[in-house]
Amino acid sequence: MSIKGRFTRTSGLGLVLAAGLAMAAASPAEAKTFKWAFQGDPVSMDPYTINETLTLGFIGNIYESLIRRRKDLSIEPALAESWETVKPDVWRFHLRKNVKFHDGTPFTAKDVVFSWKRTLSQGSDVKTFVSGIKDIKVLDDHTIDIVTAGPRPIFTSEIPFWYIMSEDWAKKNKAVEVGKLTTEAENYANRHANGTGPFILKSREPGVKTVVVPNPNWWDKATHNITEGILTPIKSPATRVAALLSGELDMMYPAPTQDVNRIKGTKGLAMLEGPEARTIFLGFDLQRDELLYSNIKGKNPLKDVRVRKAMYQALDMNAIKKKVMRGNSWPAALLIAPQINGFKKELNTRFAYDPKASKKLLAAAGYPNGFEIVLDCPNDRYVNDEAICLAASAMLAKVGVKVKVNAQTKAKHFGKIKREDTSFYLLGWTPSTFDVHNVFYNNVKTRPAYLPKGVEPQPGQGQWNCGIYSNTEVDKLIELVANEIDPAKRQGMISKMMTIHKNEIGHIPLHQQPLSWAKKASIDLFQSPDNTFQLRWVTVK
Amino acid sequence: MAAYIVRRILQAIVVMLTVALIAFSLFRFVGDPILALVGQDTTLEEQAELRKELGLTDPVVVQFARFVGNVARGELGISYGQRRPVIDMFKERLPATLELSLLSAVLAIGIGIPMGIYSGLHRDGWLSRVFQTVSLVGISLPPFLVGILLIYLFAVFIGVLPSQGRGDTVQLGWWSTGLLTWSGIKSLILPAITLGLFQMTLIMRLVRSEMLEVLRTDYIKFARARGLKNRVVNFGHALKNTLVPVITVTGLQVGSIVAFAVITETVFQWPGLGFLFLQSVQTVDIPVMAAYLVFVAAFFVIINLIVDLLYYVIDPRLRLDRTTSSDHGG
Repeated sequence: MSIKGRFTRTSGLGLVLAAGLAMAAASPAEAKTFKWAFQGDPVSMDPYTINETLTLGFIGNIYESLIRRRKDLSIEPALAESWETVKPDVWRFHLRKNVKFHDGTPFTAKDVVFSWKRTLSQGSDVKTFVSGIKDIKVLDDHTIDIVTAGPRPIFTSEIPFWYIMSEDWAKKNKAVEVGKLTTEAENYANRHANGTGPFILKSREPGVKTVVVPNPNWWDKATHNITEGILTPIKSPATRVAALLSGELDMMYPAPTQDVNRIKGTKGLAMLEGPEARTIFLGFDLQRDELLYSNIKGKNPLKDVRVRKAMYQALDMNAIKKKVMRGNSWPAALLIAPQINGFKKELNTRFAYDPKASKKLLAAAGYPNGFEIVLDCPNDRYVNDEAICLAASAMLAKVGVKVKVNAQTKAKHFGKIKREDTSFYLLGWTPSTFDVHNVFYNNVKTRPAYLPKGVEPQPGQGQWNCGIYSNTEVDKLIELVANEIDPAKRQGMISKMMTIHKNEIGHIPLHQQPLSWAKKASIDLFQSPDNTFQLRWVTVK
Repeated sequence: MAAYIVRRILQAIVVMLTVALIAFSLFRFVGDPILALVGQDTTLEEQAELRKELGLTDPVVVQFARFVGNVARGELGISYGQRRPVIDMFKERLPATLELSLLSAVLAIGIGIPMGIYSGLHRDGWLSRVFQTVSLVGISLPPFLVGILLIYLFAVFIGVLPSQGRGDTVQLGWWSTGLLTWSGIKSLILPAITLGLFQMTLIMRLVRSEMLEVLRTDYIKFARARGLKNRVVNFGHALKNTLVPVITVTGLQVGSIVAFAVITETVFQWPGLGFLFLQSVQTVDIPVMAAYLVFVAAFFVIINLIVDLLYYVIDPRLRLDRTTSSDHGG
């Protein structure tokens, strides 16, 4: 018989606090337990199970990679002390010495090689992080040469989420490969973790509670002051707010839009609402000769750039910002946010909102009375996603384009648009590499099935290009951007491809949405635009 | 009796197979499980490979047959959402749901029946009117609203009870109980009230109307005419005769308490099976959904069986019908 969890004393304290409501500042000096909630739970503690922000962000408290990101998302050394390119396609990494995993085994070059091989095993979902690695040569215990497939300027931005695991630990616990869904047994690494990072996994009850404690032997200087961190997923938004108001939580996210003002108005609580690096945009079916979901038969009005521009200029993003987003969004003209490498401020000016011009353009294209179309939209994925679609629909109706919004749950929405079963859709994207290449490679590059004969596709290109935007010159530029080492030349190509795409209205960028984190005023923490939450930047006062 | 039970069990198996088949054909409309399993950068080829590996490309009938075969061998598969055997997850979650349901049922029956009897006997008393009003509230407010109201009242404003979770639990073998710790008991109160309120009012109203019905019958009048004490007439004769329909409905309600704890568990982040099911629907976690639906079907079937057997105990007419075919019922 054992008593699980350590809620007793702190929740007793919570009672006293809640009685006086919002007297949170009076917390005791000794135990700096930090409790936070998210709407979901990490899928697994295995860093290679799923390429998902929440899971990888949480695991980043426990595991580390060779390179990590600073607060401004630029990169800095972590498990690698330094690196240089010996040849355009050979990167030499000098690994940090005297680093130990949580179980005490030392970190050496063989762990990097092992992690690479494990990442390529069948059940892994993060193969894309190491897709640039052709080979890893071990020079000595703390020096490795990573050979990439051709020059790869984005390599260092591909690996900050690629966490390093211990070979000895994995072998000892039979977790040499990532767990598969077809075997009956559970992989040891699913609920246990052994990283080198600032926190050690103390207990894990999936969907209920996950507890971490600081790693006393961490190689870096701890910048936090917490003695224990407890993650409790709370699905229901109202309950999440209540738990924060009652003092049971120190921080929670996302805060539901309708409760933001209430939280702001409560003494002792505060909101953090910075921009997320995700861009929300609309895409068109540019491939079919007749749209699947429209009243226009025999032709596809969206193939006419004038129609696309008319739809673009009918959207009043400031109104959406004010009414739908309650003042909290950043209208965008590019598919990438300002934090993303490749962003160009001069290009980020939207075509003006101008319904009159829209009507003229529609008339010139042969649709003076507009047309009907269905907009596919998720209703549980992005901030106010369905409301944005409905607002856009109302605005487009004013210029004659009657948009029926088909809003559904993400599991259905993404499946539908991904199999090209759409005429007009809403999607949001944060490049996992924080480089523009990832966005264009996935959303703008031509899908393999639509390439002209003789053009060799690269794996996964255009897989979220659900409406098949296709421009040979842009495709070529995307490939060049992937390989260009010289930063100035590379930015030139990036600006060129972004300009072409923008002028052709390949997609309609809408805005960057806000992150919506709520916390006690007595807690200091950092809100990263990539929406990962890192305990190493938390201070409990 | 034995033949009767065997017959019921055979019927139960058919019911469960039907439920499972319907569930399986519905899964296709929930969405694509693969999209919940991979990140945005995973290539279409890798996704196709995974889909094939999981057997999701097979016809529904083949998937269904495989599922039935696995269940017969006691294998429920690996959860897509948690990457663990579903059976382990069920073992972990079952105690939370059963403790919550049990307490709700005790509340519903323990308070609902006395309230019903009272308002049946004193139909014009002021307390009866209060009960009627309260029951109207309980029967018309949806549980999620009741839950949120209770949270705001007791967790946020008064601050005496936790807003979510199960508190500390104690492990007894594989069973985790929250009934042995103070924080566990405190955490149980609000969800149990939320879940039991509807059932309580339903039982109360049912008992009341049955009582009113029975009290009007001739045998009650005769009993009174014979000079029996009020207590004997009310409880020995009247109440006993109201119980058959009450047991039927209560039995089915106990089943639905477990089955429909989904909403209450979600509002309170209660780590039970219902909440697990809701999450599995959102992430298209087919192994968990399938196992849960079969579990709920089995639960209903068992409850119904128990209810049928209880009739034998309570209603002597049923026993007599079998032994003598004479007409005692009158």
